[in-house]
Amino acid sequence: MNVASASSAPLARLRGVRHHHGSTLALDGLDLELHAGQVLALLGPNGAGKSTAIGLLLGLHRAEAGTVELFGQSPQVLAARRRIGVMLQAAAVPDTLKVRELIDLTRSYYPQPRSVADCVALAGLDGLMARRYGQLSGGQQRRVQFALAVCGRPALLFLDEPTTGLDIDARQTLWRAVRELGAQGCAVLLTTHYLEEAEALADRVAVLDRGRLVAEGTVAQIRARVARRRIRCTSALPAARVQAWPGVQAVQREGGHLEIVAESAEPIVRRLLAEDATLAELEVQRAGLADAFLALTRDAARQEAA
Amino acid sequence: MNTIAAVPFSSARAYLLEARYEFLRLLRTPSFSLPCLLFPPVFYLLFGVLLHGRGGAQAAHYLLAGYGVFGVMGVALFGFGVTVAMDREQGMLALKRAQPMPPGAYLTAKMAMALLFAAIVLLLLGALAAGVAGVRLPAWQWLALAGACLLGVPPLSALGLWLGTLVGGRGAPALINLVYLPMAFLSGLWVPLKMLPPFLQAAAPAWPAYHLAQIAQKTVGVDAGQPAWLHAGVLAAVTAVFFVLARRRLAR
Repeated sequence: MNVASASSAPLARLRGVRHHHGSTLALDGLDLELHAGQVLALLGPNGAGKSTAIGLLLGLHRAEAGTVELFGQSPQVLAARRRIGVMLQAAAVPDTLKVRELIDLTRSYYPQPRSVADCVALAGLDGLMARRYGQLSGGQQRRVQFALAVCGRPALLFLDEPTTGLDIDARQTLWRAVRELGAQGCAVLLTTHYLEEAEALADRVAVLDRGRLVAEGTVAQIRARVARRRIRCTSALPAARVQAWPGVQAVQREGGHLEIVAESAEPIVRRLLAEDATLAELEVQRAGLADAFLALTRDAARQEAA
Repeated sequence: MNTIAAVPFSSARAYLLEARYEFLRLLRTPSFSLPCLLFPPVFYLLFGVLLHGRGGAQAAHYLLAGYGVFGVMGVALFGFGVTVAMDREQGMLALKRAQPMPPGAYLTAKMAMALLFAAIVLLLLGALAAGVAGVRLPAWQWLALAGACLLGVPPLSALGLWLGTLVGGRGAPALINLVYLPMAFLSGLWVPLKMLPPFLQAAAPAWPAYHLAQIAQKTVGVDAGQPAWLHAGVLAAVTAVFFVLARRRLAR
C-alpha cells in the first residue's frame, strides 16, 4: 500500500449503504473503500453484515439505499466483474465435473486468464486435475474454489471466509497464496471470524457489528484497541467502586466473583490488592476476539449515546 | 512461472464451454441421465411395442410420436427444473452470478443440454421403432417427427424452469413428476385420447404436451386435424408465460 494508490479512485466502494436481509437490517449506513494493492479484512460476529456487504459488491443484491461501486461502475456491469475473482462462503461447485474442467470453464469467463499451470501452482492442485470435485476432501475442495477465484488474473479478489473448516496446514498454504497475490499487487477483500487470519494477511481491518462499521484501521491500530485484559478474583469490593477507577472498562459481579475488563492489568491488580486484603483467586487473561468485538461494539454504542 | 499469450476474448467460448460442461455434468449424474435417457425407450419397448404390437402402422406411428414427446418432455422438465432448484439451493447460481459469466450463458447452456439429451432419446426411440417395431417412414418424415418433438424443448423447459423456482432441490423431482406423468397420460402420449373418458378428452387441450403431441402426430398423419399454427401458437405462449414467471421468481 502506498500514498499514491490510496489517493486514487477506490477499486470497490460502499457509501451510505442500507440493506435488509430478510426482515433484519443487515447493513445500516455502511461506508467502506478498498484501494489498489490493499488487503482489507472485514471482521465481525455472525450476522454483522459481512456477507451482505460482499453480496452487494458482487452484484448479487441491489442496495436499498446508498451507492455500491466496483471499479467505478455498478457491480451488475459484466466488465466490472471481469476484473474480480470470487470465493464464496457457501459456494457449491458441480460435483461431477473434474477439476481441470472447472478451471477451464471459469477461465473462459475472463479476457486474460492465468495459465492453467499457474493456477495449479498457486492453489496447490498438483495431482488433482483429473479428479472429480465431489471426490475431493473438504480442504482440497477449498483449494479448487481458490483456484477458480484466482484463475481470471483478477485485480480484486473476494474471499468470503476462505479458511472456515480448514486444518492448520491448509490454512497456512492458502495464506501463503494470498500473500503472494498481494505482493503481485492484487487487492483482496477478505471476511473472516479469525483475528489471526486478519493479522496474517491484512494491512487494513474493518470491524462490522450489526451493519455498522465500529472500527477501521491498520492491524496494529485495531490490535491496540482490543488489547484488553480480563481480571477475575473473589473480592468484597463493590463493582460500582471499581468501575470508577481509571483504565477500567467494564465490571461485572457474579456471586463472590468480580470480573473486570481493563486496558492493562497491572495498575488495576495493584490497586485491587491494596484495597482488598481478603482478595483471592486472582486470574488475568488476555481478552479474546469475542471480548474485542463486545468492547468495540460497546464503545460504538457509548459514542452514539454521548 | 510460464505465461501464455492472452487469447483474444469473446464470450462465445464461455457459452460453448458452459453448454458442454452442463451436458457432461448431467451425463455423469446417473439419477438424472439414466431415467431421462432410458425410461422413454424402455416404456416404448414394453408398452408401445410389445403390448401394442399388432395395432397396425397407424397405431405404431401414434405411439412413436407419443413416446418421442414423452422423452423430450422428461429431459426438458427435469433438466431445467431439478437442476435450477439444486443450483439455487446449493449456492451455485450465486457463484455463477458473481463470477463474470455472460448473463445469457446459464440458460442457453441448459437449453443446449436439453436439446442434446432430447436428440439422444429420439435416436434411441427411432432405433427401436425401426429395428423392433418395424416402423417404416421416408427420411423426411423421420426428420419432421424428430424436429416436431424438439419443438417441445423451449416450452417444456420454461415450464420446468418455473417449477424449479417454486421448490428446493429435494422437492423438485417430486413436484416435476406430479406434473410430468399425469400430463403425459392426459395428453394422450401413452394411450390414444379416444380411450379416455370424454371429460378428460375435452380437457386435453389444457396441457402443453397435448399441443406438442398434435404437431408430432401431424408429421406422421395421425393427429386430430386441428391446424398446426394453433398448436405452435399455444406452445409459444406457454414458453413466454412460464419464462416470464420464472424470471420474476429468479430475480428475487
